[in-house]
Amino acid sequence: MTIVTAYLLAGLALFLIGLHGLLTLQSMLRRIMAVNLMGSGVFLVLTALAARLPETDPVLHALVVTGLVVSISATALALRLHGALERHREDG
Amino acid sequence: MEIAEAVLDTALIGLLLTMAWATLHTQRMSAAIALFAGFGMVLALIWARLRAPDLALAEAAIGAGLTSALLLRAASITREETIRIPTSRLWLRWLFVTAVFAWLAVHVLALSTLDGGHSLPELVTGQTPNSGVRHPVTAVLLNFRAWDTLLELLVLLLALLGFRQIARHNRHPYDADHHPAPWPLLKAWSRSLAPLLVVTGGYLLWRGSDDPGGAFQAGAVLAAALVLLRLSGQLPVFRWSRWTVRLAALTGPALFLSVAIGSAVMGEGWLNYPDNASTLLIVLIESAATVSIAVTLAFLVAGEEEDIAE
Amino acid sequence: MTVALEGLRIVLLAGGLFFFVTGSLGLLRFPDTYTRLHAVTKADNVGLGLLVAGLSLHSLEWQSTALMLLIWLFVMASGATSAQLLARYQREQDRQESASNGNR
Repeated sequence: MTIVTAYLLAGLALFLIGLHGLLTLQSMLRRIMAVNLMGSGVFLVLTALAARLPETDPVLHALVVTGLVVSISATALALRLHGALERHREDG
Repeated sequence: MEIAEAVLDTALIGLLLTMAWATLHTQRMSAAIALFAGFGMVLALIWARLRAPDLALAEAAIGAGLTSALLLRAASITREETIRIPTSRLWLRWLFVTAVFAWLAVHVLALSTLDGGHSLPELVTGQTPNSGVRHPVTAVLLNFRAWDTLLELLVLLLALLGFRQIARHNRHPYDADHHPAPWPLLKAWSRSLAPLLVVTGGYLLWRGSDDPGGAFQAGAVLAAALVLLRLSGQLPVFRWSRWTVRLAALTGPALFLSVAIGSAVMGEGWLNYPDNASTLLIVLIESAATVSIAVTLAFLVAGEEEDIAE
Repeated sequence: MTVALEGLRIVLLAGGLFFFVTGSLGLLRFPDTYTRLHAVTKADNVGLGLLVAGLSLHSLEWQSTALMLLIWLFVMASGATSAQLLARYQREQDRQESASNGNR
């Protein structure tokens, strides 16, 4: 098994751990973390693919850098919504 | 050497997956967040192992650092897991995950044998000398696919606006005593660390045109410095009503957009830089974007708390 | 000379590993947060220092040695700060707990 295959499978496993968590966990925060893990799994697949060539693939790296920032934006918004929901429940 | 590498890879993958699972399934939320931060660090090591130093830098600052800070903040206002989402028909969910696994496994494994006709990386490497910068990832981000990067800055801005909208109508009674008083060691440490972070951020920005680094990494490191100074009470509250905050958050997208419009109106099309000015334009855009990314991320993590009632 | 150097290097690296293992053992076996923090931060700082010393004998280039020393310095500083942070958090929790027990 080459290093690329190993990390591709690791990315797949990570995505599934996240997906499983997203579907079965009961806590909102954990679910947000689970979505983050799924994202990391996708990034891992992309980066492993970028490493399959002797010279790494800059397009995929640029995609993942972009993805990281988008992922933290989405997480921040999701956590804010979670906070709002929490407050709403306390007030109501 | 082969065996040593295999051992390293196996250890990294094992650690990564174990920490991911433990993050989701450990009992205490604080432990889960600590594990999440550790997970980010392991992932950063893996990026380094996969010859992706750009990602390693960004992951360490954004994935491990800022995201964990965000989660900690959210956890601190969550009253010990009050919200329980009902999960019915667990077997169906398991079945779904298994089906997705089988389906993805086939496709992902097929990807690993993909090696014919990778013209895109060669194209990028061949065209990088004409892009105005020498680091291929920066060339892709700021020149070949500058359009994506522009839209990404707008996504960041959108997140900021959404964050503010939600903040507006909900005031949390615990927010006021939310930050404990900063203590001496943290103060001293952040005082000496923050200038170093600023220097590191500037260096990453500056080196980004030749080597790994660039606006996103620099922005994330600067954001970490801002958050650190804010949490130790050495910066005032980040408020949207401050013109400095607005200006800093908006410069990047504004400059990038005006370059895009300018090149569309006067030049050869959207974000087709004129040949002799591309280095200058890229450096300008990157500098402005760094400031905006830093302030936006810092705002998302540690922004605006007690002024909302006004 | 090289044999002596090699021997010293191995001793230093083995010592570093020993301290790391001891620290991790302490993290797993000690009863409460304070002692665990004590084990991890102190033992790991020494362990990392020994590793840095051993590795710099290996490379013998001053740039990489300087880099590793800098890393060691940062790890020690952040270890000290985060250990204090965690210990303070734990103390706060303990106080709250004893306060709520006292009220009962």
